[in-house]
Amino acid sequence: MDDSLRELYQEVILDHSRHPRHFGALEGATHRGEGYNPLCGDRITVYLNVDLNGRIAEVSFEGRGCAISQASASLMTEMIQGRSIAEAEAVMGGFVHLVKGEDANGLTPDDRERLDVMAGVSAFPMRVKCATLAWHTMKSALEGGQSAKTE
Amino acid sequence: MSLPLRAQLLSAFDPKVLRDEFAILARDVYGRPLVYLDNAASAQKPRAVLQSMAEFAANEYANVHRGVHYLSAKATARYEAARRTVKDFVNAKHSGEIVFTKNGTEAINLVAASFLAPRLESGDEIVLTAMEHHSNIVPWHFLRERQGAVLKWVDVHDDGSLDAEAIGAAIGPRTKFVAVSHMSNVLGTIAPLKEIAALAHGRGVPVLADGCQGAVHEVVDVQDLDVDFYVLTGHKLYGPTGIGVLYGKNTHLGAMRPFNGGGEMIAEVSRGRVTYAEPPARFEAGTPPIIEAIGLAAALDWLSSQDRDAVAAHEYALLEQATQELEKLNWVRIIGNAPHKGAILSFETHGMHAHDVATILDREGVAVRAGHHCAQPLMERFGVTSTTRASFALYNTHDEVETLVVALRTARGILG
Repeated sequence: MDDSLRELYQEVILDHSRHPRHFGALEGATHRGEGYNPLCGDRITVYLNVDLNGRIAEVSFEGRGCAISQASASLMTEMIQGRSIAEAEAVMGGFVHLVKGEDANGLTPDDRERLDVMAGVSAFPMRVKCATLAWHTMKSALEGGQSAKTE
Repeated sequence: MSLPLRAQLLSAFDPKVLRDEFAILARDVYGRPLVYLDNAASAQKPRAVLQSMAEFAANEYANVHRGVHYLSAKATARYEAARRTVKDFVNAKHSGEIVFTKNGTEAINLVAASFLAPRLESGDEIVLTAMEHHSNIVPWHFLRERQGAVLKWVDVHDDGSLDAEAIGAAIGPRTKFVAVSHMSNVLGTIAPLKEIAALAHGRGVPVLADGCQGAVHEVVDVQDLDVDFYVLTGHKLYGPTGIGVLYGKNTHLGAMRPFNGGGEMIAEVSRGRVTYAEPPARFEAGTPPIIEAIGLAAALDWLSSQDRDAVAAHEYALLEQATQELEKLNWVRIIGNAPHKGAILSFETHGMHAHDVATILDREGVAVRAGHHCAQPLMERFGVTSTTRASFALYNTHDEVETLVVALRTARGILG
């Protein structure tokens, strides 16, 4: 098998996609965003509960999609839960650079390491949108809940 | 087709010889031989097409219908000869019934805007089927949004087949138009066009057939089918991009208002008024796709020079082989099993998303399409958001079908 495929579909990714963390609607969410990938018709909803200190106390998502988009969404919920909005957006910025194969130096070494499982996406330019869908949806939820599109 | 006849046709056809005419089929991707099974999205082009365009551009090119000079006359003659080639390919009565457009989508938009829009009142109905491509949906949605048209949807059966009677039953006193795909780009279903046209005409309703897929796999005779409009696109017919065709009965075309305005489509323009050219020029505003028309004619000549019965038998044999192989995989669900279908195979893979499957197939050298195939109402009908689709052309081989099946097993090994 192709090495880049092995990296793309490594066990951690498949595990996240088969058993997504924080999956399902979030009761009493303060923010909610809808994401849509017109390329494949996949939809995702991201729910956030932001507390009075501007911290993402809870996050969840639901929707159907490919292994990459599901794993990315699942990983995102783990990465941003408990963080401030500014931190979450910074992680997103670094993540988008990472999956595009660009300089992701904005990430802390710890975040960089945790996101490294998604770095293989950069060898598949047609799949970058799958990886970023949940993150764009999270951002649009924070910005007032307009729908996010990957195009 | 009888089995002995099919066997005879198959033995007369060798795709391996044909493949030499397609340089791209000899290339590799990621170090593996290319297996191109995305023909329903766009077909590869034989050398005859590429050469005809290059030679025309190098030796005979100028704008058409404008200059009095030598090259303009040459180019005009070639352009009009291309129109006659298309006329013969679909067996239209007159060359004037052939309008060149930029693609199939534009041809359908032209009919919506110039034929139907002026005849439509709020509450009038347009009958469509569940298996239409977005290009044969959205132009009619425009008329719904702008003029209050009502879209009446005719469903397909669970096996993907489409009944002419169901379309007949959907036609009511307010139905003004029927728009139907000749062949579904997802299910492969071939519509009973002749019966549909007869039923619609019995109620005084004109019919447009979207032949973007159908014309590739079926021999088209618009006079026999008796459809009012028939739409083609060049790039799926082994021709270039940037050119499509609208066939329209000349009684319709002659009564239609222009589509785009500009040069070439007028009789006379003054400060106060404008009069329009006769069809087909009326619908070909601006410089047309000249080089592409030459390429399209070369493609149709090339395709017509093949034994089309043998081609059809070969494509059907590929489809049959792929269908049988995929039916053995209990994690695959084929979508579209109509008795009369062309060489398109769409399927859902249990627990594996079409985009993941297509990514893995791609690294095995196998190019397929994954997604909703611009047919979202049909996806909804079958309860999926996307499928994987392998679509076969005359140059595909049985070995390639084997490669597809092996690659699918690889995908299952990784994702399953």
